[in-house]
Amino acid sequence: MPVLQTKGLAIDFRGFRALAGVDLRVEAGVIHAIIGPNGAGKTTLFNLLSGLLRPTEGHILFENREITGWPAHAIVHLGLARSFQITSIFPHLSLLDNIRLARQSGTPLGYYFWLPETVLHRFDQDARTILESVGLAEAAGKPAQELSYGQKRALEIALTLALQPRMLLLDEPTAGLGVEDISRVVALIRQVARTRTVVLVEHNMGVVAALSDRITVLQRDAPSGRPAGVVW
Amino acid sequence: MIARRLGWVALGGLVLLLPRLVYEGLALDILTWALFATALDILLGYTGLLSFGHAAFFGAGAYASGLLALRGSVPYPVNAVAGALVAGALSVPLLYLAVRRRGIYFAMITLAFAQMIYYIINEWRGLTGGENGVQGVPRVLVGGLDLSNLTMFYYVTVPLVAVGMWVCWRIVHSPFGRVLMAIRENEVRARSLGYPVDRYKLLSAVLSCTLSGFAGGIYVIAHRFVALETVHWITSGTVVMMVLLGGMETTLGPAVGAALVLLLRDILSTWTDAWGVATGAIFVAVILVFRRGIVGTLQQLMQSRLHAALESAPRRPDEATPVSR
Ligand SMILES: Nc1ncnc2c1ncn2[C@@H]1O[C@H](COP(=O)(O)OP(=O)(O)OP(=O)(O)O)[C@@H](O)[C@H]1O
Ligand SMILES: [Mg+2]
Repeated sequence: MPVLQTKGLAIDFRGFRALAGVDLRVEAGVIHAIIGPNGAGKTTLFNLLSGLLRPTEGHILFENREITGWPAHAIVHLGLARSFQITSIFPHLSLLDNIRLARQSGTPLGYYFWLPETVLHRFDQDARTILESVGLAEAAGKPAQELSYGQKRALEIALTLALQPRMLLLDEPTAGLGVEDISRVVALIRQVARTRTVVLVEHNMGVVAALSDRITVLQRDAPSGRPAGVVW
Repeated sequence: MIARRLGWVALGGLVLLLPRLVYEGLALDILTWALFATALDILLGYTGLLSFGHAAFFGAGAYASGLLALRGSVPYPVNAVAGALVAGALSVPLLYLAVRRRGIYFAMITLAFAQMIYYIINEWRGLTGGENGVQGVPRVLVGGLDLSNLTMFYYVTVPLVAVGMWVCWRIVHSPFGRVLMAIRENEVRARSLGYPVDRYKLLSAVLSCTLSGFAGGIYVIAHRFVALETVHWITSGTVVMMVLLGGMETTLGPAVGAALVLLLRDILSTWTDAWGVATGAIFVAVILVFRRGIVGTLQQLMQSRLHAALESAPRRPDEATPVSR
């Protein structure tokens, strides 16, 4: 049984069909790469899977549960979390605060407006461990906006990992990184994939070859002008 | 941190001496508007939502509190607390709809609702007195103590406003406040971390409106009447101006802004009838010089100085200093 499955998934942006007929099957415990040219709709697919966009047609099933049209926050709490191709962090908050926010979301603490924020220090040990795993331990107290590009990419992944999801959607985790950083990210993905399913969008074929168990090609079918998902 | 303590003591002294520095009515107005502006900042500064309809909630608190005192002989400050609850209850259905909209649409919807409340209050003459407002509101403390002496009323009110401001501070410096900041910084990421953003915005708005209602509830007892003008959109605009002038997202900025606007109005209105224009011009000038409002800009200056001092001193590598903008 696949953990994640889409059936005939399609979305229109004001009449422009960005995705059509996507049938994706992701088996439990694998690293599943999704590749395709720019504009093929890979990020759009992630936006649909994570609930940031609603599909025009089709269904999404996660662990046999229909999650089509669910809001993003509810999908996260099922254990399906995603990272962003364009770094999406909280720039004015410290790295620790960034990670604390991710850890806090699994608890009702967010509603407790009568408690001092120091109660969030209970997540500090976790947060430091996570920051260490992506090589950011030294910068824990810095505002996120002061990080270098590569460090911001690492924080992007750390935020998603901090949610401790059962399934991870990583959107071009190595985009724009140098060789050294890439091998670090590859090692990290390999390590986290031991206990969870990973779907990986990647342009770097070396990374895809090194990591993936399965590959799906997403591309526009030129003759009919119709995009389609192809599974190998 | 001794400087900080001294600062608080000085502020306390200033608040206690205020009725001697300016006349008592003005001192009381400064207190109530300071609380009102601080309550608005929960939504405006910390959540990033511009409400242009807060007059409705300040007004709802004032009318409810005034009517309870007048018709139900409910003593102070129970009437003000009840006013707060009425304003909070009223905000739930209205802001439930508004938080689904963003940016200018949120501002427009809150303005539209506030105008609606204005017309309802105007039309419902039997209860609200229409254009005449509610007059002759008694000023009686719990236990029956007569508070017609305005100085006494001022000193009874100081701790109430202090508690109200402390509640505002607690809200924005809580785990909940952290989520609000996250939403303001990056709403999409907040959603993707599992936060139901609309629900948080609604709770933030309801808390802000409740505390604004509390300020209104105090205001009506201080003046012993409430006029229809209180719910006019100009009130909404004035309180937004106070927050921007003093500095969004600062503990005391909104209060400083409120004091400044009221003092300016008081001074200018003895010279010219066009004090509104003059206040507006000063507002524009201040905002051009102090981008983040007076307190916000001063804080930033002090922080960068502190930063420079720390840079030259040896630093512990992973000191987790709280960061604020
Ligand atoms: N919100 C949107 N509104 C309108 N069009 C959109 C939107 N999001 C994506 N698109 C369009 O959908 C198509 C697919 O975009 P998408 O970002 O999913 O591609 P991608 O496969 O991730 O590309 P890349 O490899 O460059 O990241 C593009 O033509 C893009 O312009
Ligand atoms: Mg993309």
